[in-house]
Amino acid sequence: MLKVRLKEKIIESGLWLSAMATILTTIAIIWVLISQSFVFFQHVSIIEFLTETEWTPLFSNKKYGILPLLAGTISTTLVAILVALPLGITIAIYLSEYAPKLVRNLFKPALEILAAVPTVVYGFFALTVVTPFLKNIFPGISTFNALSAGLVMGIMIIPMVSSLSEDALRAVPNSLREAAFGMGSTKFQTSFQVLVPAASSGIIVSVILAISRAIGETMIVAIAAGQQPNLTLNPLETVETITAFIVQVSLGDVPHGSIEYQTIFAAGLMLFLFTFVLNNISHYLKEKFQEKYE
Amino acid sequence: MNNADKNQLKDVVFKYLGVFASLIGIILLTIFIASIISDGLKRIDWQFLTSLPSRKADRAGILTAWTGSLWIFFLTALISIPLGIAAAIYLEEYSKKNRLSRILEINITNLAGVPSVIYGILGLEIFVRTWKLGGSLLAGAFTLSLLILPIIIVATREAIKAVPATIKEASFGMGATKWQTIWHQVLPSSAGGIATGVILALSRAVGEAAPVIVIGALAYVPFVAQSPMDEFTVLPIQIFNWVSRPDAGFITNAAAGIIILLAVTFLLNGIAVYLRYRWQRHLKW
Repeated sequence: MLKVRLKEKIIESGLWLSAMATILTTIAIIWVLISQSFVFFQHVSIIEFLTETEWTPLFSNKKYGILPLLAGTISTTLVAILVALPLGITIAIYLSEYAPKLVRNLFKPALEILAAVPTVVYGFFALTVVTPFLKNIFPGISTFNALSAGLVMGIMIIPMVSSLSEDALRAVPNSLREAAFGMGSTKFQTSFQVLVPAASSGIIVSVILAISRAIGETMIVAIAAGQQPNLTLNPLETVETITAFIVQVSLGDVPHGSIEYQTIFAAGLMLFLFTFVLNNISHYLKEKFQEKYE
Repeated sequence: MNNADKNQLKDVVFKYLGVFASLIGIILLTIFIASIISDGLKRIDWQFLTSLPSRKADRAGILTAWTGSLWIFFLTALISIPLGIAAAIYLEEYSKKNRLSRILEINITNLAGVPSVIYGILGLEIFVRTWKLGGSLLAGAFTLSLLILPIIIVATREAIKAVPATIKEASFGMGATKWQTIWHQVLPSSAGGIATGVILALSRAVGEAAPVIVIGALAYVPFVAQSPMDEFTVLPIQIFNWVSRPDAGFITNAAAGIIILLAVTFLLNGIAVYLRYRWQRHLKW
């Protein structure tokens, strides 16, 4: 009996340790980013990092201003959201309010395929298909540009917006729908004037998570948006995002431990902070929103 | 046209807009895949699958890349499956509803949202440097395991949650201990759901390029990895490397590599969907 109880205790401890590994991962991420960025910020002031308008750590005239990388990240993300937001919400409303069950069961897994495709494949798509197509419309567009990368990234994150928004719409109680139909509203009017406002926090959560995903996306932008820091929001120009810069340094032959190399930790910290804040906002909203109809 | 007619029209137009929006992504993807297949399929032959990388596009192959991906698949599975399932069992069956369990839950949600390139930075400092694994397969597998851990944990918890309490109660009633109940009743009953989540997570790991680039996997590895401590490359990195070269021959190679990568991804996803379907049918207790 004692042996059995001992065995149970040992197993429980093993399971507990595995669960704790997830906490350890978070602590390790934060510790690595902060301690290594600390080394970087001993050489470069935080003021310079946040206000300097050039990012040239790999050149002989080194400048460490994160703004150009930030601009690249913002413009690719903005384009992606402008694609994914209207399409994703239209899909969510269609699937939750209009589509027959059979259509929904067919479309939902089909949409999930978009999120399952590896991102290098999307990068290739952007560079070899979308960019040549865009050249017909904007003859002045660069071969590497934020628009092409952003458009393709937008397609990739459609299922994120659509599936979470659909969940939010379906969580709205039927009494609200019936009340609106009873007043003579069409499905369109019910959807946009009753259901979307009622599900707004859930829809906002889906959009925030999609933004966070777009900010962190790496391979599409590394392949199609370019590797040239550029303080511009013009989507037709070559840019470099925070993520693409990290990849660029990792691929180059910058010696480990040099100040040029430490830049990836400062850039990584910036990236982590953005996604961390966005994820927690969405988590907070989700908690509030779940309580609403209970 | 009166107001009611206008509203009816809007309703119908929106319905078709919905169909269009749902299909546009898939249609674009299908066209793209078709064009890749027409570009790259002719490049796939025995020579392509069994050749080492080369400076000459028509002599280069993906031998090191696909063997590297295979290694990564199995090593990552070996590390992430036991760890992820164990963590999920703890959270679902053992942990009490308290502060710690809330922190654990929020933390896992957060980890799922951390960009993959950040996991690369983590792996670089912890596995490559502190544990001195270098840019080895093992370092890559550890890094990718941490990346997919949240996916495995969430899927396993869902599957365990779906096991009816009556089964557990019956097991306890027969005098089984908690772990005996979990091992002999809960896990077998939820195996289909767990397998679905695990396969989807591994499919994600095989398609990742960014974190393995950051930990120092190289595009040019002139030998097939023999042990977990060897340097390596993977298919997504090989594709990325070929895409960034100006020579048109390498673009064809990239297309051919993508066909293989997509075939693996879709196969894994297909298996996962099939398992989920079978498991859900079996779920009528």
